[in-house]
Amino acid sequence: MPSNKSVSDAPIVQFTNCRILRDHQLQREDLWVREGKILNPEKLFFDEKGSADVQLDCKDSIIAPGFIDVQINGGFGVDFSLATDDFKSGIDLVSQKILSHGVTSFCPTLVTSPPSVYHQVLPQISVRNGGGHGAGILGAHLEGPFISKEKKGAHPEHCLRTFEAGAFQDLLATYGSLDCVQIVTLAPEMKRSSEVIRELTRRGICVSLGHSVANLSQAEEAVQHGATFITHLFNAMLPFHHRDPGIVGLLTSDKIPAGRRVFYGMISDGIHTNPAALRIAHRAHPKGLVLVTDAMAGMGLAPGRHTLGQQVVEIDGLNTYIAGTKTLSGSVATMDTCVRHFQEATGCSAETALEAASLHPAQLLGIEHKKGTLNYDSDADFLMLNDSLYVQATYIAGEEVWRQDVSGM
Amino acid sequence: MRLVILEDYDQASEWAAKYICNRIIQFKPSQGRYFTLGLPTGSTPLGCYKKLIEYHKNGDLSFKYVKTFNMDEYVGLPRNHPESYHSYMWNNFFKHIDIDPNNAHILDGNAPDLQAECDAFEKKIEEAGGIDLFVGGIGPDGHIAFNEPGSSLSSRTRLKTLAMDTILANAKYFDGDLSKVPTMALTVGVGTVMDAREVMILITGAHKAFALYKAIEEGVNHMWTVSAFQQHPRTIFVCDEDATLELRVKTVKYFKGFKYSSLSKTEAILCNHFSCI
Repeated sequence: MPSNKSVSDAPIVQFTNCRILRDHQLQREDLWVREGKILNPEKLFFDEKGSADVQLDCKDSIIAPGFIDVQINGGFGVDFSLATDDFKSGIDLVSQKILSHGVTSFCPTLVTSPPSVYHQVLPQISVRNGGGHGAGILGAHLEGPFISKEKKGAHPEHCLRTFEAGAFQDLLATYGSLDCVQIVTLAPEMKRSSEVIRELTRRGICVSLGHSVANLSQAEEAVQHGATFITHLFNAMLPFHHRDPGIVGLLTSDKIPAGRRVFYGMISDGIHTNPAALRIAHRAHPKGLVLVTDAMAGMGLAPGRHTLGQQVVEIDGLNTYIAGTKTLSGSVATMDTCVRHFQEATGCSAETALEAASLHPAQLLGIEHKKGTLNYDSDADFLMLNDSLYVQATYIAGEEVWRQDVSGM
Repeated sequence: MRLVILEDYDQASEWAAKYICNRIIQFKPSQGRYFTLGLPTGSTPLGCYKKLIEYHKNGDLSFKYVKTFNMDEYVGLPRNHPESYHSYMWNNFFKHIDIDPNNAHILDGNAPDLQAECDAFEKKIEEAGGIDLFVGGIGPDGHIAFNEPGSSLSSRTRLKTLAMDTILANAKYFDGDLSKVPTMALTVGVGTVMDAREVMILITGAHKAFALYKAIEEGVNHMWTVSAFQQHPRTIFVCDEDATLELRVKTVKYFKGFKYSSLSKTEAILCNHFSCI
């Protein structure tokens, strides 16, 4: 059947025999793609009198939006906080490798580093679309250095800073440029944080609370000034206390401005958070849960010693510690493992688990009109998965960019 | 007329679908020689559509050389509204089959000149060589398409105001809110459907029983527009037991005596020959 030529000559692909995640449910519908975007087949039929050029049988796979990782420090030996000569090829390597984990967009994350590192590295990170070369880059996530000494975790103490003196100007001087920065994690109890949060929010940068000893009121105030995210909930913050729930209390706070939602990152690798704690958070505020890997350079590598920013860490199985200590530092989990573990630990539906890694991060970053869903006119970044949520193929802009090797695992 | 009485909704749907399928296959449509089908919407034909889709997916039936003309469409409802007849046809039929979008005709209830749209629709039917088989349903007020009580029995495609009975019947599709139901529609006329070479009316459920009685056991009357088909040379009424509840026992016994629930011998032979189902 000839396809219509009145709107576009581009080929129309119809993915059939699949279950797609749409409107929070897995529905037995075909997925139509043209020119890198999800196409409305009804509109195509009635307005353009068009039909598919290619029909692909997906053998009853699940089709879900591509995963979005908003906290990933590196992987496969690459460390985003290390200013090397071949930084660009490092980021390219990671962006290419994570396609097999189902990640189609990510925020390369830099841990607390000296200004020189930011000044060298940030100009080399550019917001760019994904494709056969790798996952798309949405912008950098700067985790630190404006964080609390008491909750620095694996961040190097000598690089911690405050913005007490010059507030936003201090922050800008430290980072050098905010051009392609998408998220900044800071500790809201720091003096003049409100001004900083307001200015960052005004510039469209997502402010996240983390590595902090803030109490609930300080956290709520930060949210009122514009903060919308919590960096790896439970980790590097005061533990939940029934008379002062701290940052964790934001999940059920009644002081969140109307129409806004607080999101929170969870590393569901089974190590950073006890499954019971994961369940408590999920049940308290299911719509805010954002799965992140917080993966570091050792992810994808064999056990042993690797660098994370200015520190040396040790990997042993799924655990990574600051060398010689028992302090957790980053993870070696992959996004698809996190999705599966999240589903197992909470007993939630496949839809919920998949949305925590796609829809929610897209909503956090305010990009759900084009990413994180399979709605018409969205970017055609999607995954084919089996019923156990193992990724079998990854697509970006409608093109297959990775496929599970049938012979291997 | 032929009155085919099946036991229940599912069997009636299957019988109707098989009939349509066999008609298309027997016709042997091809490039430049299309089979033209008139189509209804509503809850009654859903089972029939499902069966037709099944036959298509089994490889027994292709709609490649079939042209369709729907009976009606609401006026003023956005085309992509979930309750528009465009949405109905897309979701319940077109998206599952291999029909060429250029051959699927539905009236445009948002056309700038509604009467011109209706006239153009009549012209399209004419250019397609007329309708081979027009499938329709019956409203509780005995209407065919949106030819409400009082419609001329020689009417053509035009704009109609919906009767209260129809609006009430349709309210269930609009959250039970009468104010949301469209009050006007474009519809093929009684005369338009009468022009078809063959007509098949699907009637199921006890709530349609009185309308069926009025349509076939009383006189031809513009208050029960389906009654016009008493004067059509080739009309089949396909119904389930519940729809016959208001008919005379004599009528039912007469038509049941023909044993239409399984194909007659002649038709069975024909079908084997043309690989019908």
